[in-house]
Amino acid sequence: MDETLNELGAHVKEALPGAIEDVVVAFGELTLVASAPDVVKVLSFLRDDPSCKFVSFIDICGVDYPKRERRFDVVYHLLSPTLNARVRIKVETDEATPVPSATPVFPGALWFEREAYDMYGILFSGHPELRRLLTDYGFDGHPLRKDFPTTGFVEVRYDDERKRVVYEPVKLAQEFRNFDFLSPWEGPDYVLPGDEKASAPKAG
Amino acid sequence: MNAPSKVDPNVRNFQINFGPQHPAAHGVLRLVLELDGEIVERVDPHIGLLHRGTEKLIETKTYLQAVPYFDRLDYVAPMNQEHAFCLAVERLLGIEVPKRGQLIRVLYSEIGRILSHMLNVTTQAMDCGALTPPLWGFEEREKLMVFYERASGSRMHAAYFRPGGVHQDLPVKLVEDIRDFIPYFLKVCDDLEGLLTDNRIFKQRNVDIGVVSLEDAFAWGFSGVMVRGSGAAWDLRKSQPYECYDELEFDIPIGKNCDNYDRYCIRMEEMRQSAHIMRQCCDRLLKEAGPVSAVDNKVVPPKRGEMKRSMEALIHHFKLYTEGFHVPAGEVYAAVEAPKGEFGVYLVADGTNKPYRCKIRAPGFAHLQAMDFLCRGYMLADVSAILGSLDIVFGEVDR
Repeated sequence: MDETLNELGAHVKEALPGAIEDVVVAFGELTLVASAPDVVKVLSFLRDDPSCKFVSFIDICGVDYPKRERRFDVVYHLLSPTLNARVRIKVETDEATPVPSATPVFPGALWFEREAYDMYGILFSGHPELRRLLTDYGFDGHPLRKDFPTTGFVEVRYDDERKRVVYEPVKLAQEFRNFDFLSPWEGPDYVLPGDEKASAPKAG
Repeated sequence: MNAPSKVDPNVRNFQINFGPQHPAAHGVLRLVLELDGEIVERVDPHIGLLHRGTEKLIETKTYLQAVPYFDRLDYVAPMNQEHAFCLAVERLLGIEVPKRGQLIRVLYSEIGRILSHMLNVTTQAMDCGALTPPLWGFEEREKLMVFYERASGSRMHAAYFRPGGVHQDLPVKLVEDIRDFIPYFLKVCDDLEGLLTDNRIFKQRNVDIGVVSLEDAFAWGFSGVMVRGSGAAWDLRKSQPYECYDELEFDIPIGKNCDNYDRYCIRMEEMRQSAHIMRQCCDRLLKEAGPVSAVDNKVVPPKRGEMKRSMEALIHHFKLYTEGFHVPAGEVYAAVEAPKGEFGVYLVADGTNKPYRCKIRAPGFAHLQAMDFLCRGYMLADVSAILGSLDIVFGEVDR
């Protein structure tokens, strides 16, 4: 299984010099790391090439790595019913740089790109209507970004006096609990409480 | 909404709101329809009214705590969703599910498939004006939900599939009852078909409605019954077998007219095939014994009885239910053939006890976005028939 995937990856890399940056096979899955401006070229090649035939569109989603310079990954999943194989294409982008839209190649990308825009604020150039999809009308922010709190910023309730639903800042009776489970012995990147002086040079 | 008798340049297209509280909307769907007379010119689905932020919540929960969120996606076939997540976690951890666990998973996935198809077929009939099918069908669904309850303690939100296997073994009596239910169920399928398959009204409302070519179906991201209705012999249970589907005998029905009626026929036949698979699972479960989940104590928590006796089991129990297990860094995409199509989970792990990213690829989401493409040029009354045939459940569309 892995060998066919390796061959397939090498074939795509050879046919599209410059567009494919890396080919990884892990957990029995093929991942192509592509450069963002060329993603439409890669997708149409994978769809049209007679030895690929990735005609079935599966998924587009974003992943957020806030510490990276280009913080977002856009991940495409395609399926080839002829080869009975799957492929994953990953491109990197940031908040300001748009990724070319996959809608001309796969019409099914419409909502998936709208969702990625809604959840992460990833921009897609050439998308016919890049507006919010899942969040509330008039929602502000991109909820799946790692710097967006799980509790959100506003809560809604029905106000009996004003006879309508009102939005208010979130009030929590108890702090949202998020425990740190990383073992203190296996090198967390913060100083343990009470351990501040341990690494300081000893006087005398 | 009658078509104007003479052409008037001042007559504009009519815009109506369909839903979010319309019984044929199958949940909370708001469709903004642009009509020219009774012809649909444009459909703009507004979704997200049931958006609960499942993916965000999963990022803050441990792997085990994430399982119940999957019941709440497609809530008419809950265990099929858990299945995809468990497969993804197991692939990352590299653990194997023992045979008996696999059989139980397959058995309950097929019960889920019947639950879902039974709901869809009968409510689609209701959208087309028939009232008896849902009454008959829901009675059977209730019996199947009792099987869910007897295995997991819950009719719907089971949380029964766990990474490594299933939570508990099935009592012998339960397996026997499921086996005895099957011949009776096949009879009910015949009765239902007697009501619908040759029904003149049902055929008028569904034959040649919602036609989609195979090429379009793949490009729009369709899967499951939607591509099989268009003539592709594509089923993940056959083509990329997971669990022990490759050891079981069953057939994949496919359609050739690519319309609503073919999809209805496929769902009816799939229910029979599911019953056939269930019978094989029951027979093997009654004969073969064995563990139902992996024996890796670092992933699968010990049973309560053992926990009371063994110190080591107590430590494992405590650690697994507080901290949970750590999953090595990596990314996988695991998909199952859910009743509605390909349900996939794209899981990115970063080596901690919580998923870094868990993208849920719901089949209904891809089907619903094609509403505009499917409904254009059809009549207003066909919208609800097409919507019924897409098999939409808002839990999974909105996530």
